[in-house]
Amino acid sequence: MSPVTLGHFRAQARQALADPFLQQALAGATAHFREGRERALAELPDAEALRDHLKAIRRATLARLADHLETFERRAQDAGAVVHWALTPEEATRIVVQIAREHRVQMVVKSKSMTSEEIHLNAALQAAGIQPVETDLGEWIIQLAGESPSHIIAPAVHKTRQQVAELLSRATGQDLSPDDIPALAAAARRFLREKFLLAGMGISGANLAVAETGSIVLVTNEGNGRLVTSAPPVHVAILGIEKIVPTWADAAVWLALLARSATGQPLSVYTSILTGPARPEDVDGPKHMHIILLDNRRSTYVGTSYEEVLQCIRCGACLNVCPVYRKVGGHPYGSPYTGPIGAVISPLLFGLDQYPALPHASTLCTACVDVCPARIDLPRMLIDLRTETVEEQLIPRVDGWAERGAAWVLRHPRWYRWASRMMRWLLRPFIREGRLHLPPRWDPFAGRRLPAPAPRLFRDLWERGDV
Amino acid sequence: MATAARRIAFFATCLVDQFLPEVGVAAVRLLRQAGFQPDFPPEQTCCGQPFLNSGFRKQAIHLARRTIAIFEPYDYIVLPSGSCTAMLRVHYPHLLRGDDGWHERAQALARRTFEFTEFLVHVAEWQPVPTRSLPPVTYHDSCHMARMLHLREEPRVLLKAAGVTINEMPESDRCCGFGGIFSVRVPEVSNAITADKLREAVETRASILVTADPGCLLQMRGMLDHTPIHVEHVAVILARAVGLLDKENEG
Ligand code: SF4
Repeated sequence: MSPVTLGHFRAQARQALADPFLQQALAGATAHFREGRERALAELPDAEALRDHLKAIRRATLARLADHLETFERRAQDAGAVVHWALTPEEATRIVVQIAREHRVQMVVKSKSMTSEEIHLNAALQAAGIQPVETDLGEWIIQLAGESPSHIIAPAVHKTRQQVAELLSRATGQDLSPDDIPALAAAARRFLREKFLLAGMGISGANLAVAETGSIVLVTNEGNGRLVTSAPPVHVAILGIEKIVPTWADAAVWLALLARSATGQPLSVYTSILTGPARPEDVDGPKHMHIILLDNRRSTYVGTSYEEVLQCIRCGACLNVCPVYRKVGGHPYGSPYTGPIGAVISPLLFGLDQYPALPHASTLCTACVDVCPARIDLPRMLIDLRTETVEEQLIPRVDGWAERGAAWVLRHPRWYRWASRMMRWLLRPFIREGRLHLPPRWDPFAGRRLPAPAPRLFRDLWERGDV
Repeated sequence: MATAARRIAFFATCLVDQFLPEVGVAAVRLLRQAGFQPDFPPEQTCCGQPFLNSGFRKQAIHLARRTIAIFEPYDYIVLPSGSCTAMLRVHYPHLLRGDDGWHERAQALARRTFEFTEFLVHVAEWQPVPTRSLPPVTYHDSCHMARMLHLREEPRVLLKAAGVTINEMPESDRCCGFGGIFSVRVPEVSNAITADKLREAVETRASILVTADPGCLLQMRGMLDHTPIHVEHVAVILARAVGLLDKENEG
């Protein structure tokens, strides 16, 4: 993939801004989630204390991350699961493909997993001749469209009903009307049910993992997660190493805030707790369970100023309040992780050189900090990443000259006065009715007509005694 | 100590100095009416926030240090900008952490730094006496003022006391789209966010959109074409309401 530069981000953003359907869908979905979150948190006796508690749990867990992971591994093995460690995305996909080959799997069903998007698992499976089928309705729709998710919680929020009907008609070979939503859902369900029964393997993510019992927890609203993890004979779960809590008491705090922050539900419709494969006395469930713990640079941020980002529980609340995300949606970010959290973790997980634009694609309005259940200070990390883009010369060189020049002038009041006069003289030809009208070719404001500098500085008025 | 003996400095901020001198005039006159005689230390320029936010940390540190040196002799430092106040109060101590001696000086300055409406309400306890009536306004909570300084009520209290009606808009604390360097790095998105803000302001039927942040103010004025509303700084509106601005300064 080519790097997500400012040029790339802006081009994609312009497309999003020019798409009235997308604008409406984004406004509607994010407002729905925002209102839901607010209502759901207000119902808690003390939501603020619970957020503090979650923050404390996440911080304490990361401080002893290795210990908790080892406990998890041991307990999961005791329960009969096989635990794999993957340092890189490539290693993770190799492990999945190997497991599939061992079991002669030709088709896998998947439930929604951001981690599998992170490692581009579908592409790796296809390359190995294994067919992946997404079973979360939203994920399936974007898989059919060959796109990437545009929202952590609602991956297909950018698709119109017409587009969905077309995609599903083609996939199921039926003629489906965009106006009959129950029929669309029924057709999808019928089609996917068959896949569940045929699939040799189910792949899921995990919203969190509980060390004390070696369990993983999966929250979904569609119930497809339960089928993915129980119908096929093999279940593979992939999760980042930071998704761990020591105890069930800690997990309860996480779960109390996850769905409330994400969609405004007290709990999602299904909360599945999976501990090892089916035991002999179980009537159903997979014969084999594999858990892949993915690092992908996460451990390198423990103990750094970016450690805080590993406290994220992937609720998506920060997306719904972000003024930038709300206007452009997920695609300009060019990453499975979008919005404010994506702007921070995409460069961290995949390299700042791959995502040089993302730290700059924020107004630093701090609305995300206000809603984040773990109170993660994303704007602080965006500024740190911007500083890295400057240090690593990932911004245009002229910007560097301009910034350094301006800073020097601002440290020397005499030059500041001189530069103020100079600026007025240079801008004079472009000032009409008190505003700047720069020719489109040089206009860095894309048509915004900023007020012109005042004829006199405040300091001049002060000195003349006009104040 | 009597208020008259307290030394107070007015930090105009670079945007007010360059683009909005009438805001400085209004703020200083209001401070005088509230019983204070502000100084204007002439070496002041910019607090350095634009450099911090665009990733030029070294430059921001230089500007932070000189700003501290300029303003630390004063008992109060008052700024007509929520965002720059947040820079002095919240960012300086972080930026200068581990910087020999400067960290303590930054913290000491932070304790004496006030956003303009905050100062009028909590330190000066100024009571406006309205001399003329103004049309209804709507108030935009700028991001840093609302979320970093938690100053939401202060400007509203003053406006209401000055006899101004506030028609609240939905999500008054949603970003105006400025974001400093963001407005140049991703200008299309910046403009689109601002257009939404202006639309919602117009829908309140207020005739003036008021804010306490020069950055937001300039950004919103920049998108005013075809929008039947004015954008003003809270200091200007207050000064008008109590008769401290004559016509020539009304912009
Ligand atoms: S950063 Fe916070 S708000 Fe955003 S997804 Fe993570 S936990 Fe949720």
